[in-house]
Amino acid sequence: MAFYDGLFKVLGLSDWCGAGASNAPMSMADLLAQNTGEETKGEFFPFPSLDNLNESCSGIIQSRDVTKGIENGFLAAKPALKSVLDPITQPLSWLLDGALWTFATIPWFIMVPILVAISYYASRSKAVTGFVLFSILLLGLVDHYDVAMQTLSIIFVCTGISVLLGVPIGIAMSKSDRLQRSVVPVLDLLQTLPTFVYLIPLIFLFSVTESKLYGIAIILYAIVPVVRLTDLGIRLVDKDVIEAANAFGMNARQKLVKVELPLALPNIMAGINQTIMMSLAMVVIASLVSAPGLGVNVLRGIRNLELGVGIVAGIGIVLLAVILDRVSKAALSRVDMTHVKH
Amino acid sequence: MTKEPKVSLRGLYKIFGAKDEAILHHVQAGMSKEDLLVQHHHVLGLQDINVDMQAGEITVVMGLSGSGKSTLIRHLNRLIDPTAGEILVDGEDVMALSETGLRSLRQNKMSMVFQKFALLPHRTVLQNAGLALAVRGEDAATCNAEASKWLDRVGLKGYENHYPAQLSGGMQQRVGIARALTANTDIMLMDEAFSALDPLIRTDMQNLLLELQEELHKTIVFITHDLDEALKLADHLVILKDGAVVQQGEPQGILMNPSDPYIEDFVSDINRARVLRVKSVMEPLTGTEFAGDVSLHDNLESMIARSGGDTTLHYRVMDGDAPVGELHMRDLVKALVPRLSSGDA
Repeated sequence: MAFYDGLFKVLGLSDWCGAGASNAPMSMADLLAQNTGEETKGEFFPFPSLDNLNESCSGIIQSRDVTKGIENGFLAAKPALKSVLDPITQPLSWLLDGALWTFATIPWFIMVPILVAISYYASRSKAVTGFVLFSILLLGLVDHYDVAMQTLSIIFVCTGISVLLGVPIGIAMSKSDRLQRSVVPVLDLLQTLPTFVYLIPLIFLFSVTESKLYGIAIILYAIVPVVRLTDLGIRLVDKDVIEAANAFGMNARQKLVKVELPLALPNIMAGINQTIMMSLAMVVIASLVSAPGLGVNVLRGIRNLELGVGIVAGIGIVLLAVILDRVSKAALSRVDMTHVKH
Repeated sequence: MTKEPKVSLRGLYKIFGAKDEAILHHVQAGMSKEDLLVQHHHVLGLQDINVDMQAGEITVVMGLSGSGKSTLIRHLNRLIDPTAGEILVDGEDVMALSETGLRSLRQNKMSMVFQKFALLPHRTVLQNAGLALAVRGEDAATCNAEASKWLDRVGLKGYENHYPAQLSGGMQQRVGIARALTANTDIMLMDEAFSALDPLIRTDMQNLLLELQEELHKTIVFITHDLDEALKLADHLVILKDGAVVQQGEPQGILMNPSDPYIEDFVSDINRARVLRVKSVMEPLTGTEFAGDVSLHDNLESMIARSGGDTTLHYRVMDGDAPVGELHMRDLVKALVPRLSSGDA
């Protein structure tokens, strides 16, 4: 005798409830109770949850049907989604595989100077460049050069795509309040959704062997700051300067290219810096779905309880993070012309 | 004056708010700014502005904060659109212009100098000064040549490759002026251009502007809240209060004959001896005995110094070589006391 029996009687729904007859799967507690021959003792006043209502009226679904329904719905939509998303995202797989191949093929004595040159060009700082060289050599010394390059290549591709997509989205948002209102909740969702949750639908959609699976997860997670800060940066451009641009007869394109983007650049660069950091965070988690790189070693450390392997890989990730952060921050302070020293 | 005005405003109204056109008739029927705000939640910006700005003159629009002077100047190049009224530049209706036409007007006919300079912080001084030409699509060499010519003229030679943040406020505003001059437009709009500068630099800049104007004869519209500045620069002075023109005309005339207690209040604090000129107090030529010849444009301060404070003297007033009137020192002293409204002691 369940608690809510009386309720359905009063409502006169007994017939409708009985129609389904109690052939719904039983809970483990019910099964046990049946075996021992005891009536389960319900709580004094159970919460009217789907399962509790189901006990009194089998016409009402159980909670497990909800999760089942979501899964079925997703699986039903999968072929259609896949037929659209698969071709669109295919270039991402090519890019990632290509970058991984390139970084792996170029020998270290060419790759290291290239990376050092890039960091000098971006930062124009001897200290930062020296630190980059030191870190890469240190990683190489403990035989983590290859995995570090794999991680780096994934970050390059994902950050690049995030910027290519994120900056135009941010610009569009800054021009239209309506677009901003509709995009911001999506960004909030992407930012708050636990990183593991990204992977679940993606695993269903794409095969785990495809690189785009982790590529999409990383980009979705990392694109948020660059979109937000591009939007913010353009909205924060000094109104007086915009007025001057109007007064001298600039058209919308000239204003964007000559005034708004350059003045928003410090904010956009801050967004790119955050995007790099977030893709680094995600690339580690993405090793769960076969993303190569340092994350794999971390995962190995956890799975096999190989403490040393996990910690060395972890320190490698920290080194990469510091390199990327310092280079992009140095580049940021270089483009910020509003604080030129006398 | 029979000359066709360079810029003229006809019956200009501006009401800030969503339903500005629907409530325009209230304002036209004479509703005050306060009533409009309380009853309709709209802010009255400008009401029934009729001003003619002559070519080659400096028209100064003066008023206190909130009097609508900055709103007024932004109507000339339509950074703000009026609720009603006409804006004519060279006889052409600015309101009828298409977006492209408006951009071309802003590029070729008007340039603007801003209170907060509004320079591009990521461009050098040279690139900032050449901005207007670059917007028009001139090549870099032309822009730089013109820009450095004008930077030179405003006294910034050698600073071409600095960034605005490296310059002082006064120098930044010189860049702003060079930018407007490089645009080589007939009309220059100056929105409180010198208000953010300290007094000494401000005087410097006023002198620079007068010096440039002597040579270039632009049509300048100058906004200020400073009466001294207005009197120094103006060929034609327009005084605004609560979005309406209280009095306009030649500045000496306004000083001698304020039409309104508001303006009397305004002008009472002025050093009249320095601002008033001989031509404002002279009488028609009748006498024959004079202590000397003076110029039409001398100010009264220099006359007092010259006469040694003797009020019995008479001078002959000359315009160039021709005598045009006579000056009695007695009149001059009387003119130094502001005319007060009858109620005041």
